[in-house]
Amino acid sequence: MAKLMTTGLSALYDALRRAGYTVIGPTVRDGAIVLDELRSADDLPVGWGVTLAPGGYRVRRRDDQAAFGHSAGPQSWKPFLHQPRVKLWEADRVGDGFEVREERPEPPRYAFLGVRPCDLRAIEIQDRVLMGGRHTDSAYAARREGVFIVAVDCTEPGETCFCASMGTGPKSGPGYDLALTELIDDGSPRYVVEVGSEAGSAVLAEVPTEEADEDLQACARAEVAAAAEHMGREMPALGLRDLMAESLDYARWDEVASRCLSCGNCTMVCPTCFCTTVEDTTDLTGEHAERWQLWDSCFDLGFSHLHGGDVRSSPKSRYRQWLTHKLGTWHDQFGSSGCVGCGRCIVWCPVGIDLTEEVAALQAERDQRASGERGAP
Amino acid sequence: MDATRPTLAVWKFASCDGCQLTLLDCEDELLTLAGEVEIAHFLEASDEVAPGPYDVSLVEGSITTPDDAERIRHVREVSGTLITIGACATAGGVQALRNFADVREFASLVYASPEYVATLDTSTPISAHVRVDFELQGCPIDRRQLLEVLSAFLMGRKPNISQHPVCFECKRRGNVCVMVAHGTPCLGPITHAGCGAICPAYGRGCYGCFGPSPNWSDGRPNTRGLVPWLDMTPDETERVLSTFNVAAFREEDHELRQPDTRGTDDDPPE
Ligand code: SF4
Ligand code: SF4
Ligand code: SF4
Ligand code: SF4
Repeated sequence: MAKLMTTGLSALYDALRRAGYTVIGPTVRDGAIVLDELRSADDLPVGWGVTLAPGGYRVRRRDDQAAFGHSAGPQSWKPFLHQPRVKLWEADRVGDGFEVREERPEPPRYAFLGVRPCDLRAIEIQDRVLMGGRHTDSAYAARREGVFIVAVDCTEPGETCFCASMGTGPKSGPGYDLALTELIDDGSPRYVVEVGSEAGSAVLAEVPTEEADEDLQACARAEVAAAAEHMGREMPALGLRDLMAESLDYARWDEVASRCLSCGNCTMVCPTCFCTTVEDTTDLTGEHAERWQLWDSCFDLGFSHLHGGDVRSSPKSRYRQWLTHKLGTWHDQFGSSGCVGCGRCIVWCPVGIDLTEEVAALQAERDQRASGERGAP
Repeated sequence: MDATRPTLAVWKFASCDGCQLTLLDCEDELLTLAGEVEIAHFLEASDEVAPGPYDVSLVEGSITTPDDAERIRHVREVSGTLITIGACATAGGVQALRNFADVREFASLVYASPEYVATLDTSTPISAHVRVDFELQGCPIDRRQLLEVLSAFLMGRKPNISQHPVCFECKRRGNVCVMVAHGTPCLGPITHAGCGAICPAYGRGCYGCFGPSPNWSDGRPNTRGLVPWLDMTPDETERVLSTFNVAAFREEDHELRQPDTRGTDDDPPE
């Protein structure tokens, strides 16, 4: 049964703090709405929005008091769960052997305040990748355990969003503890809340609420449904997995490779990309060694290095790896698409390469080939 | 133990001393280093010079005079492992601007009697003269990277020095991209990593101090792909690519002047 929060977001923030959570949420920093620790509900980007374009991002003032009137920012929640740098172990030489220590600082108990539906699905995908198989990433698992998730439905998608095409939004799917819909009225926004777990219910009990009547719920549903009609981008509705498998020799890959810088930004900002590399170091004395896990990217030339050389030495093969993994082979590997439609790779690509455009071009090339074949005698 | 300590020598050619000073700047580790190696030749730190040969040589600076062209051969002969440090030694430095102009004209502007100045027409990296075992990029080099390279050579392992662009470090560090979010021109996508993305962390664009990253194709970055997005005039572009790594980036600049033959924005061929 949906509720209406009768006071602002600070009551929810305070309840999360009282429950012992470190609250992470959106806040304005360095000319962007980033995710960071919130010291109070005042840190939320109230009255701020964003303007998005391929290779372009600007914060802007809104003419209302929305706290969630923005879409995906520079990074997802990934850095909090799947950290860019993790020390796996360290070792010291002792006598003839050495002593290995695997000390991990106790991770904070996080509450994520303001998880968009696309990012909620992305967390679920990373859960499957990093904890689903036989080999669990223990650093991820330790940080992921007990994270409290406050999802927020999208009522104002950005110019580069396409969650509706990917079936990941704008309504929050399962996996949240609480889900909010922000209703922007003339004065302060109102928040309709749905409970998704016992933990969610316990936190909400500490927040002043009343039953949300049917009108209000209908209004919340209508806002979210309208958002689905206002997506800035659309992923062509076709068998992406088949297109990826069929298109490996298409000319479009050469064309996009001439624009792509192999800079890796798209994979780093993608909320589902999980690849890492491992670096072993020793100090000057050789008495102390450490093993670190770092974010890596299939755009790194050395990423595919095997004995004898780099498998994907051309920029074309690296762009193709990224797109075919996201949209094609991810299905075979993990049973879903690796893209949730957040649009980050479009915005944060310094040269504005847009995967929805690339897919459309590959599709056009396929159609052309097909009509050529039909036309042939 | 002492007898088996490897010896380290530091050499200077045409340079500003900044990279050598990075070694002195390793305050906390300097004593440890002095315990692990015998610093046998380091004029910046001490006049005392122990005779060679040396196990490891760090070479700073570029080759700009006939004497230096001779001296670097001697350094190579007396060195086991030769590591070049910094943009001058790896790419010719900012003094390689002379490669694209008339050096005598420069000299006549600077010196009262330029006829006494024996200088070459070009400033060239050490690798253009002798075999180099490892090149450490940067202007100046990064302290942590220098320690990593020295530790690796002492252990006989490969140094963890990535060749990918600065953007990798920038994203791992959690910076907001200055290019995308502020419209500030940034050479990060085409520049060799190593600095830890310092400039973007302070809201500035990358200046390319670490030289071109070989990550894109055939050992080069995609400068042509980045330039239209820098929002700079051709003049400004040439200037931003003409600093400490001018000779290394000039290859890019030269390419920028050639017509684009690498595919177009048109639809795929019919
Ligand atoms: S591929 Fe791009 S749009 Fe899709 S989830 Fe990753 S960053 Fe978002
Ligand atoms: S797209 Fe590249 S970086 Fe991302 S998960 Fe796949 S291989 Fe890894
Ligand atoms: S698609 Fe864009 S962000 Fe990704 S590697 Fe290429 S240039 Fe960089
Ligand atoms: S600020 Fe520069 S180095 Fe950092 S991601 Fe953006 S383009 Fe790359």
